[in-house]
Order: sequence, then C-alpha cells, then structure tokens
Amino acid sequence: MKYNGKKYIKKELLPFFWCPGCGNGIIFAAMTRAMEENNLKKKDIVAVTGIGCWGKADDYLTTHAFHGTHGRAIPVATGVKLANPLLNVFALVGDGDGATIGGNHLIHAARRNIDIIVVMSNNLNYGMTGGQYSGTTPYSSITSTSRTGHVEDGFDVSSLVKSAGAGYVAKTTIANPRMIQKFISKAIKKKYGFRFIEIISICPTHYGKYNKMNNAVGMIKDIKQRTINIKKAEQLSPKELENKIIVGEYNDQNIEGYIQRYRKKINK
Amino acid sequence: MMFASKEGRYFLQGNIAVGEAAIMSGARFFAGYPITPSSEIAEHASVSLPDVGGTYIQMEDEIGSIAAVIGASMTGVKAYTATSGPGISLMGENIGLACMVEAPCVIITVQRAGPSTGLATKPAQGDFLQIRHGTHGDHMIIALSPASVQECFDLTIQAFNFSERFRCPVFLVLDGIIGKMYETVEIPKRDKIEIVNRKKATGQPEKFQPYKTDEDLVPPFAPFGSSFIARANGSGHGIDGYPSADANNHEQLVYRLINKIERYKEEISLFKKFNTSDADILMISYGCSVRPAMAAMKKAREEGIKVGVLQLQTLWPFPIDIIKSFISKVRLVLIPELSLGQLKSEIIKYSKDIPVIGINKLGGISIQPEDILNVLYKEIAK
Repeated sequence: MKYNGKKYIKKELLPFFWCPGCGNGIIFAAMTRAMEENNLKKKDIVAVTGIGCWGKADDYLTTHAFHGTHGRAIPVATGVKLANPLLNVFALVGDGDGATIGGNHLIHAARRNIDIIVVMSNNLNYGMTGGQYSGTTPYSSITSTSRTGHVEDGFDVSSLVKSAGAGYVAKTTIANPRMIQKFISKAIKKKYGFRFIEIISICPTHYGKYNKMNNAVGMIKDIKQRTINIKKAEQLSPKELENKIIVGEYNDQNIEGYIQRYRKKINK
Repeated sequence: MMFASKEGRYFLQGNIAVGEAAIMSGARFFAGYPITPSSEIAEHASVSLPDVGGTYIQMEDEIGSIAAVIGASMTGVKAYTATSGPGISLMGENIGLACMVEAPCVIITVQRAGPSTGLATKPAQGDFLQIRHGTHGDHMIIALSPASVQECFDLTIQAFNFSERFRCPVFLVLDGIIGKMYETVEIPKRDKIEIVNRKKATGQPEKFQPYKTDEDLVPPFAPFGSSFIARANGSGHGIDGYPSADANNHEQLVYRLINKIERYKEEISLFKKFNTSDADILMISYGCSVRPAMAAMKKAREEGIKVGVLQLQTLWPFPIDIIKSFISKVRLVLIPELSLGQLKSEIIKYSKDIPVIGINKLGGISIQPEDILNVLYKEIAK
C-alpha cells in the first residue's frame, strides 16, 4: 500500500490491547492511512472517544485526543468542532457507545449535520464488558445476557443516520480495508457536514464464541458471504436481503454543514 | 441584550446579569438545554455570543450540553452552561469528567423545588449537596452563590476566573428568586475588572506533557490545534495523558485534583458579614435566604437582640475555618434555607456544643422574616 499511517501511530504503545482476531486493528490502520492520504497534520486532528473496545483507539494515536465518558464522544466532538472549526474532528465510537447509550446524540448530530467525522466500529455486542447485547445485536443472537436468543432487533445504524439527515453515510466491513480507507478518506475530503462511516466488525472472543461461529477467519468469511453492494441490493426483495450486510454509500450529498448555516443565520 | 458592553448602571434580571458577566469574562461558547428558571441565560447567550464571535448551541439534553462545553473548553475557549436541579442531576457523570480532564468551565444552576420535576417554576435551595457530591469518586469542587443581582454579575466573573486559574469546573449557584429578580447593577469599566486566563504551555512542543503540573499543582494548558499535542483523559492517566491503572498514580492524581483547590481555600472562601462583631446569635445563609435573614436581623436589633448574619458566597470548598471562627463567638446559630437542612448538615459538623437551629421551608415560597423571628423568640425564651 502507498500509505502506512505511521506518523499517527504511537508505536511505543503497540501491540494493541485488542484480542486476537478483533477487527479494530484493521479499522485503525485504514483510518490512519486515510489521514495520511489527505496529508492531515497531527496538530489539526482531534480524536474523541468514549468507552468500549474501539474507545481505546485514541491510546494509539499521536494526534490530539479526548478520551471521555461512555456514549458522549459525539457531543464532546461537537463542542470541539464548534469552538475551533479549523480542526478535523473524529469521533471514534462503537455500537454500544454510538448507537446505544449515545444513540440520542448520534441522531441529533446527524440531524444538525454537525461538521465532524464519526467512525463506528460495529461488532454487534459489548466486547469490553464480556459480550452483552447492544443496540445492534441481531434478533436471536446469543450473548452473555441473551443466552436463549436475543429478543430484540438491532438497529440498521447507517439507515438510521441517513434518515436523521446526515449528508454523508457509508457502510462497509473489516473484510474490505481498502473500502474503509476510501470512505474515511472521502469523508475527510468533504470537509463539511456530518460524515458517518459504519464498519461491521467481529468479536471472536465473545460474540463469535457465544454464537458458535468459527474463529476470526471463519467470521470474516461469513461476513464476505453475506456482504452485498447497496446498488445490487436495490434490485432485491426484503426476503432476499434477509441476513445480508448492505455496504456502500447510503447517502452522498453536499448539504451545508452546521457551521456554514450558523454563520449565515447570525450574519457573521 | 448586551448591556454590559458599556460601564454604567443598569436595571437587570439576575439571569441576564450572569449572561452579561460571562461575556465580559471572555466566555465564547455556550451549550445548554432550556429549563425553568434558568432559560434566560441560554436565550441571552444565543443572542449575545454571535456579536462577540462566539457560538451558542442548544443540545439534545444536559448530558450533551456539558459534554460540548468540556469539548469546547479543551480548544482554549471559555465555555459555560446553565440549568436547574434536574439538569445538574443529568450532568453528574460529566461533571466528574470535567474535574478529571481539568477542563475549565462554569456551570450555572438556578435552583428550583425538587425532588424530580418538583415545582418547576418555584425556587428552592436543594442543589447544595448534589453539586458537591453528585458525581462519583473523590474530588473537590468550587461553588459560588450570589444573593443579589449585583453579586450575580460579580460572582460570575469570579467563577470564570477560578475555573481558569484552577482548571476545574466551577458552579455558580442561583435560585428561582435571585435568577428571576430585577435590581440595579453597577457595571464597572472593563479595565477595572480582573480577568484571569488559564496558564499556557511553554517550552518545546515535542517535550510537552499535558498533565505535568507547576508548583501550584495546575498543569499548563495547550489547546487542541496547537503544536503542543494535548490529550484529555477521563480515565486514570499519567502526566503524558495516556492511560494508567497504576495504584500509586491514581492516588497521586486524585489527591492533586483535590489539593490544587484545597490548598487555596482561604483565597477561594468569599463571604460577607453583617453586625457580627457584637452578635451573640448568628444566622448563616446564602442566596435567596440572605434577605429574610437580614430583615429579621434588623427587626431583632431594634428590639435589642444582638443578631448578626454571615452570608456565604463560597459554598464549596466548604469554608470550615470561617464557619468555626464565627460560630465560636456566639451562643446560638440559626440557618434559614429553602431546603430541609442541607447547609445545616454541613455546619453541624463543626459547631461542637453550640446549638444550631434550621429554619426550613418547602413549597417553593421564600422564607419570611417572621418565620425566622418566630424561631428566634422561641429559642431566646428557652
């Protein structure tokens, strides 16, 4: 690969604390490559995290970082960006952090089209606390708190964020690191508006074990088999799309960002 | 709005005086969620901040509001929010975050009657303990409370100054009476107002450690975006801002967060005393309960009863030494407050044998001078 993202990585703290087979390392590498591809200066980046496995991502970054409370990365990032609009502000959230405890912040940030990038690692469960169900855990899945099968349906987070009003929404999986990099890179280039990238990841330690899935390799194979591009998906029936992971750009519009709009309205 | 851009005498609401002083302090960011009886502070910010290049945002709840305020503060901008008791309850976890990442900010609570929604439009003084202990873990907090519109202005400036100097959240504690009340305010010339700004990081950017402190236990600040790479960390962290679960490190960190405030307690402890030099009965009060105490004092003095009033402007850190020195000179202490004795519960820890009587009221109605006098006469007759 042309880029290695090294300058953004705190190599003294490697290896990552994530379990063998975890998808977060793939997302982290793709994200730092996207930063390098866009020639972002370390001092112009703020990575905001909450709590969870992916919430540890800032530990390995050499950029400015804010490691806060569970679920609140997006409102912290909102404050950072509004107070200094020149910064590239990334909120790095998991499915628990971003779509469950922080779900209300997510939809409101999308609605107001606040000018930040959200990179969501969605591994379908709470990894750090031992594999309990989250707001994206699919129906019938086994987790440490749904031993007889999950009662609820999980969110389709990208569709939710799109309907809440975000200008840029893209979804992919850890089976396609190039696509992760491409989407994050595009989000950086767009500069304005709420940019949301959801990456379907795996948690072999908990979710995989409970659901008697294979090891990490097997889980990635499974993701590959179930992945379908959004353009193809448009031609299929809901029945045919059952259990499929629909990847691609859910929304790609140049809607004015919050800061542009605010400045217009206050005439400054 | 924006009356305070020029010095002079103005007839202002308490909440508006707070807003004016915030902007004069240099505050340029407000995030909040509307709640009675504090909403004028948000409305004032929405109108006034754009005029000075600042930003107002109305968040989806108080959790998001305080989170955004902390984020803004870490870029070097002075930031504030305003709410009432229910909002402070929601902010609880992130108030601890502000303490831990050492984000200067001012949190205004305009107290109303609880618990829960309580009497939404009626005043109370029920946040006294929750502002101190609402967030989990050992920590110290600074809280100031005005008893007039003039003090709303003056103590807002002071609250921002303390938050900047000590890099910590500071509470400004109003109530439904003080916040909604109109009075004349004297606004001094700008150059007559002392404005404190947080210490800035110096030296070589590559060697910068975001939590390395000076003698005063406060780390110099580098804003996000500067070449001094900053890390704010709500988890246990070393001086480099990277996580640390080391037991000794945690102990040192928590002690430092407390001691950076405790050590300067004497300077932080603001109070006013009225007729205390010859008093043998002392009333201790703050906020909206000071005036009925003053009126009762006047009446009692006319009758030859030697009553004095100690008005606490600093609620936290609790001014133990001041309380002790005043109490030791009297034979009776009365505590009028619009709660069932939150302030009293703190004072009796230090009152030894001297009787301390609370004058308490629920229902969202101000304590009346007669309420105090009735207790006073009864106690004297004993």
